[in-house]
Amino acid sequence: MSDLAIFDVNPAARIKSESPLSMSRATVSTLRLPQGAGVVIRERAFLGHLVLRGRVSDSAFVAGVEETLGLSLPLKAGGLSIGGKDEASIQWVSPDEWLIIVASGREFETETRLRACLAGHFAVMNVSGGQTVLELAGPAVREVLMKCTPYDVHPRNFPVGKGVSAVFAKSNAIIRRVADERWELVVRRSFADYLYRWVLDASEEFGVYVAE
Amino acid sequence: MSQRNRLDHGGRVDRSRPLRFTFNGVAYQGYAGDTLASALLANGIDVVNRSFKYSRPRGIVAAGAEEPNAIFQLGASEAAQVPNVRATQQALYDGLVATSTNGWPNVERDLMGVVGELGGRFMPPGFYYKTFMAPAAMWPKYEKVIRKAAGLGRSPKERDPDIYDHVNRHCDVLVVGAGPAGLAAALAAGRSGARVILCDEQEEMGGSLLDSREQIDGRPAPEWGAAVLAELAAMPEVLTLSRTTANGCHDHNFVTLHERRTEHLADTAPTFGGRRQVRARLHRVRAARVVLATGTHERPLVYAHNDVPGNMVAGAISTYIRRYAVAPGRRLVLSTTNDHAYRAALDWHGAGREVVAIVDARDNPNGDLVSEARALGIRVITGAAVIETRGKKRVTAALVAPIDPVGFRVRGPVEEISCDTVASSGGYSPVVHLAAHTGARPEWRDDILGFVPGKVRGMIPAGGVNGRMALAEALADGVEAGTRALSEAGFKPGGVMLPQVPRVREGRAVALYQVPHVKPAMRAPKQFVDQQNDVTAAGIELATREGFESIEHVKRYTGMGFGTDQGKLGNINAMAIAARCLKQTIPDTGTTVFRPNYTPITFGAIAGRHCREFFDPRRYTALHAWHVEHGAKFEEVGQWMRPWYYPRGNETMDEAVQRECRAVREGVGILDASTLGKIEIQGKDAREFLGRLYTNPWAKLTVGKCRYGLMCKDDGMVMDDGVTACLGENHFHMTTTTGGAAAVLDWLELWHQTEWPELEVYFNSVTDHWAAMAINGPNARKLLAELTDIDLANERFGFMDWCAGTVAGVPARVFRISFTGELSYEINVQANHAMHVWEALFEKGGKYGLTPYGTETMHVLRAEKGFIIVGQDTDGSVTPEDLGMQWCVGYKKPFSWIGRRALSRPDTKRGDRKQLVGLKPRDPRLVLQEGAQIVLERQIRIPMPMVGHVTSSYFSPTLGHGFALALVKGGSQRIGQTVYLPMPDGKVHEAEVVSPVFYDSKGDRQNV
Amino acid sequence: MLHIYCPHCEEYREEEEFRPKGEAHIARPKAPEETDDAAWGDYLFFRKNPRGVHHEQWLHAAGCRKFFNVTRHTVSYEILETYKVGQQPTARTTDKGGAK
Ligand SMILES: [Zn+2]
Repeated sequence: MSDLAIFDVNPAARIKSESPLSMSRATVSTLRLPQGAGVVIRERAFLGHLVLRGRVSDSAFVAGVEETLGLSLPLKAGGLSIGGKDEASIQWVSPDEWLIIVASGREFETETRLRACLAGHFAVMNVSGGQTVLELAGPAVREVLMKCTPYDVHPRNFPVGKGVSAVFAKSNAIIRRVADERWELVVRRSFADYLYRWVLDASEEFGVYVAE
Repeated sequence: MSQRNRLDHGGRVDRSRPLRFTFNGVAYQGYAGDTLASALLANGIDVVNRSFKYSRPRGIVAAGAEEPNAIFQLGASEAAQVPNVRATQQALYDGLVATSTNGWPNVERDLMGVVGELGGRFMPPGFYYKTFMAPAAMWPKYEKVIRKAAGLGRSPKERDPDIYDHVNRHCDVLVVGAGPAGLAAALAAGRSGARVILCDEQEEMGGSLLDSREQIDGRPAPEWGAAVLAELAAMPEVLTLSRTTANGCHDHNFVTLHERRTEHLADTAPTFGGRRQVRARLHRVRAARVVLATGTHERPLVYAHNDVPGNMVAGAISTYIRRYAVAPGRRLVLSTTNDHAYRAALDWHGAGREVVAIVDARDNPNGDLVSEARALGIRVITGAAVIETRGKKRVTAALVAPIDPVGFRVRGPVEEISCDTVASSGGYSPVVHLAAHTGARPEWRDDILGFVPGKVRGMIPAGGVNGRMALAEALADGVEAGTRALSEAGFKPGGVMLPQVPRVREGRAVALYQVPHVKPAMRAPKQFVDQQNDVTAAGIELATREGFESIEHVKRYTGMGFGTDQGKLGNINAMAIAARCLKQTIPDTGTTVFRPNYTPITFGAIAGRHCREFFDPRRYTALHAWHVEHGAKFEEVGQWMRPWYYPRGNETMDEAVQRECRAVREGVGILDASTLGKIEIQGKDAREFLGRLYTNPWAKLTVGKCRYGLMCKDDGMVMDDGVTACLGENHFHMTTTTGGAAAVLDWLELWHQTEWPELEVYFNSVTDHWAAMAINGPNARKLLAELTDIDLANERFGFMDWCAGTVAGVPARVFRISFTGELSYEINVQANHAMHVWEALFEKGGKYGLTPYGTETMHVLRAEKGFIIVGQDTDGSVTPEDLGMQWCVGYKKPFSWIGRRALSRPDTKRGDRKQLVGLKPRDPRLVLQEGAQIVLERQIRIPMPMVGHVTSSYFSPTLGHGFALALVKGGSQRIGQTVYLPMPDGKVHEAEVVSPVFYDSKGDRQNV
Repeated sequence: MLHIYCPHCEEYREEEEFRPKGEAHIARPKAPEETDDAAWGDYLFFRKNPRGVHHEQWLHAAGCRKFFNVTRHTVSYEILETYKVGQQPTARTTDKGGAK
């Protein structure tokens, strides 16, 4: 009898998959070309999302995660480690919770490797179908974010390499700053359409381009 | 040109840019840089409104937010209508259309004026209460007439074409007010590199500098202001916002700023480069420190007929002349208690108009400005005041008399002086409103004869609002406040030189509010305190005589300060009058409380973009596009959009639901169950934890099995329910109700974090990760068999088992659970793959009659089985025992699970608690109303004891009759009895109390 | 709009990210079945509601999803401290007059 029932939820054969934004359409006027856009918005669909839980007091846990992912496990609030193998990232969510994002289709393999490496009290949960990443790039992104979240996105408070979960419009999102003018929003699937169209609406005055 | 009061030179208007506007249907012209008020005054418009109660003609009194009379309806088209616009704060634009708010049928000849003429004797304060309140039933009728006559403005009847939004801002120092103190503070803070926001409600920043006669650092004050603004504009971390009112100050220095971005351009927002512009923006500012530099409002004196057009506050005269190049009259009399107001006379004189007299309440005025006036040959009458003005639609004369301010009496003969304008100044009231918003009481200061802000954490008052009114003092106070603010916010002061201002010697002011008249106040002609609400000094005196001693009661009784101007001009005068009548001091009488918003704010700005499609988030499942394509009608459940039913052709809802019900009972139906809350639970103590939170036992649930569970609050009342599957020894998949998902996760975390942190278990929401499709009906197995590698034989995959496998090639967890009582499989797949699986089911499902069904059919089918819906059949006061669900209560579990102890409280053990029963209406076609009250007797008597209510009610095509679930007192003992349901239309329905399980009570159908 | 320091996220966040969860330090009796009705009723239903310094439990709902405690003055709304579950406050509860 196994303690946990873990399986790869992706099909072996190629089938039609639909990201959370597959049905969403812009209801504001968008630009035809990215040139001159204040905001370029793009869904980074189908990435692997894993919730990791564990104790930072358990040094073997910390070491095991870092070894598996080749990234440091952020131990401070707001920490975000980016640039791991296969574009992997780890984000601090709570003192005992992190969000791991890996390349599309790599979530089960990552989970399996983590489980092989870790022992004791920890958890790994696959949430890849339940959320998606919206990338916002451009000079006006910070101003757009100010219209969306009460969290302070000024560079003095929000340097590159930071990520927080916060109120976003009338929902929540994880907000990450991955480069000077490039931000990511991690949003829940069911709220994705609302948040996507909200961001488009907020971006319209700056000129917004929707990238594939 | 017809701008007869426009001066040939000076001012800050652009004479090369004339602008056309209409007021009450008549076309006029003003200039760029005008406010609507200055343009009206330039055109010699005396009467701009009719007063609220007495319908007296009223003119423009002030030049800022404190204006009580020039309150207009704006908008050239229906959709652009805006009520309650203060002309003094509305920039003129080409094509502006304004109409008076009061005045029916027009301001020049007003029907209500007749009532007003008859005099206040017939309309004392409390008039409406006393006259119209009885009989109460008539009030709605009176109200309509009164409101129409009073004319409080109106909202547009068409959709607003404009957009509005909110911006969240954070700063180290927020400076409210860009007058001398505010500019100095912003400069001090800005130079240190701190994040600074400077806002000002006016079109142009600079405040009193803009009409100042003084020099700063050797140049005219407006030039100094412009230089500071230029320096601030070049600082990357400084944001300056003009046309932006700090409207509310909330806890912990959260300040809302209302920025009007396009209202100076047109009545609806223009587009730039084809993009819609935001008309108004609400900045939600969290500031480490707030510098309050809101300045002062000049107090007019309260004398008889002080509301006749042509009476103004003294400072407004200077503002109109120096900023707008408008001299609003020919012959001026100034009545003052202080030196500062002499500026009005000097500016008037400088504009080439005649100053007939300055009437100074002091016996020995001797400041520099007094000397300057005397040197110009202006007549200065001392120890006296204007006690009354003459004229109806414009002042024609002032009555001046020597007065004794302390003894409150006229002490000599009255002189009538011919003039067309009377300016008055009774001193300066600090604009303390924002400081009062979080509850701090303003504090009286005798030396400045005004209230200064009470102490607010993190807020530093500076300049006039702090009682430092002279220009030199205001600048110094601003520098000091800015420096203190930034160092408290953690910055090193950047160093600002104190601006140098030649000192102007000012004499001490005298305390005078209401001016004595030759007649006693109650019999003197009306002396207005609050012009917007027509409150007079006599009215306040009457209130105190009728026993209203608290200033808050006086305000409510008279209506003082309840206009859209919140009594900015009148409150202190009202308090002084009340104090005099009650023979006490002003601070003993009380202070005034102000609430947001400082000036009226449009609903658009409050709503921002949280309206229309963004009013509330709409949550969609992965299958939503399919539902839309197949004509589903949707129901909002929480924020989820769930298919309600899928009408075909011209089917009514009833017809569609009956068809869907039959399909499930006879063939196979499918429900998008993705919205159900799902929580993944991992950890070696997961099972123990479930046992503590659920009412029933979990110790023996083996891997591969599912179990229904009830959750209670610790008071024993049901809070949620759902099926939880044992995935592995340390691994569970919990489901919750759609609406309860977030609350249940919080609930688990609450107990884990606060009571049992030693349990090794983690929870996470996987609601959105899994899409869930429930196939229900006798053909469910045959359909699923075509698409899965799972062995569906009942012996290997029985009721309440779950299996992993593939469905349509997609890895899936399939749960054999049923909410309809039919053979049922709930297929869970990663949401990205859901549409593929759903479509594959339909591809194979045609021959089995696969029918999509919505929440309405789900409700009918579950109710036939007596399955409850938490929140519909329960309301937070229902125990598992009340529901007859003792089978789901683990009385013998070793841990006293949440809710267990409360079940043995005397109240939860009462036999006559409301219990869940079924109701079968005597009339089989009848569907009882949900919420209908239940009684035990057909005959209606009063009082009629009510014994319960209907919680769920439907027509069942399977049973062929209507049926209901209900909570009835002692219901389990009433099976077979008849109860009655009296309806509002007088009908009394009759129903039999039956078991809540109407269909397949043994559960054979789900076990096949 | 309170500005609340989350002891887990280690920074100030806006009130809209949090949910108030009532009075802090309401411990569930360890042996419920041996607790008499009056004491159980006390635990379930009775709360201090002081006019003055009060200890409250809050949840950082939009952030770390952790419960923590806040010592807040119920008249001035000043927050004197925030601290984690299991820790004790340094500021004592006061009650001047009591709310009605
Ligand atoms: Zn937190």
